[in-house]
Amino acid sequence: MEQVIEIKGLKKSFNGTSVLADVNLTVNRGENVVILGKSGEGKSVTIKCIAGLLQQDEGSLKVFGNEVKDMDSQELKNLRRRLGFLFQNSALYDSMTVRENLAFPLKRVAAIKDKKEIERLSTEVLEAVGLQDAINKMPSELSGGMRKRMGLARTLVVKPEIMLYDEPTTGLDTITSKEISHLILEVQRKYETTSVIITHDIPCARITADRILIMNNGHYIAEGTCDELENSADDFIRSFFK
Amino acid sequence: MTGKSIFSPILINIADQALFLRSFLRNIWKKGFEWEEFSRQSYIIGYRSIGIIALTGFILGFVLTIQSQPTMKQFGAVGFIPGMVSVSVIREIGPVIVALICAGKISSSIGAELGSMNVTEQIDAMEVSGANPVQYLVVTRILACIIMIPLLTIFADVIALFGGYAATLLDTAMSARLYFYKAISILEFSDIVPSFIKTILFGFAIGFVGCFKGFNSNRGTESVGLAANSAVVTASIWIIVIDAIVVQITNTFVYS
Repeated sequence: MEQVIEIKGLKKSFNGTSVLADVNLTVNRGENVVILGKSGEGKSVTIKCIAGLLQQDEGSLKVFGNEVKDMDSQELKNLRRRLGFLFQNSALYDSMTVRENLAFPLKRVAAIKDKKEIERLSTEVLEAVGLQDAINKMPSELSGGMRKRMGLARTLVVKPEIMLYDEPTTGLDTITSKEISHLILEVQRKYETTSVIITHDIPCARITADRILIMNNGHYIAEGTCDELENSADDFIRSFFK
Repeated sequence: MTGKSIFSPILINIADQALFLRSFLRNIWKKGFEWEEFSRQSYIIGYRSIGIIALTGFILGFVLTIQSQPTMKQFGAVGFIPGMVSVSVIREIGPVIVALICAGKISSSIGAELGSMNVTEQIDAMEVSGANPVQYLVVTRILACIIMIPLLTIFADVIALFGGYAATLLDTAMSARLYFYKAISILEFSDIVPSFIKTILFGFAIGFVGCFKGFNSNRGTESVGLAANSAVVTASIWIIVIDAIVVQITNTFVYS
């Protein structure tokens, strides 16, 4: 199976404090990989390195077979056209309506100029996330769950091949969290994406994960399916699922 | 504290500003100029500042006239007041006051807006989507300031003359035609051009400082306020320093 993300010996520190210490990870095409771990373990740093927002201190990080740190700005831009990133707080553009938020990547990343085509693609992706009635709303008028859906829609509108989710269910109630988790799964099936999901939310991990990795002290200490890890002999690993 | 620890942050800050300036200059010429955002920023920076600029300009001319009247009367030089007001407003007071007001209103607003976008990862979201945040956020705002601040200054100068005329009417029955003739006929090319160039530099300083502070703010809600506050203080200092340099250059090459 094709490996779309390949990380070997990744190290990253901030002001002398090591956050990632020898991280190794491979993600295959079409796979949903969930990364679990305590806060401050460097889970978000890992996906920010994948997206080229942060650069590792040491190690190799290849996406679609290309080393991210060696890319020039144009190559990085081309890579990012194939990546989608759902931020923890959705990162919707405050000063734009939902319609304008969706048109932004379509005009600049997909280089679509035709207004009718932009409208068609925006409506299509809003229907996919169940937000078709919110097209004229401002982000401030959306609830937490709607903001997540909207963030997902904005990312999906340019049809990325890899989706990076940073705490997709944080701050949401249980029911909305489940809805978002099912949506992630639906998105993977409909858009045939590969996903890396950072979360603390075990129900979300259960719903979405093909494979789970557990991170501790900057390393991946365990890997497996939800059932395998839940029945692990290690108390620390089992403690995530209690 | 060692010399190294005192100067390192200053040098790092200067280097950061130089890199930011280079990034701004490179992105001006890149394909895909954001005309829509540039127009929106020009509207926000220019049109939405008209009220405060008009009020300030009017009061500036009005007060300057009233304050100079008693002294000018003593010398029998009331007829020189329109010229005195127009030269002092156009050469110095108008550009500096407008720039300082805009530093407070615009630079802080840009600093807070970009700082808030930074905190809420909106700038990262733009970058990771493959869009160019410098081209969209920085180039448009700085260029809008470079164009709108000179226009606002011209507007304030004109309103200041009306303010001066209103104050003159309280004391003397001078016709508008005579007042404006005296005010405008005294002006020379060397009064207007250096002053206009100065406003372009003020516009750049206001936009650049606001964008730099906002773009480089830390990741916390407190940093939004700090970015806004720091933008006002730094832009005001830049304005005063630019003014001093331009006045010195003008005195050396134009008036001497």
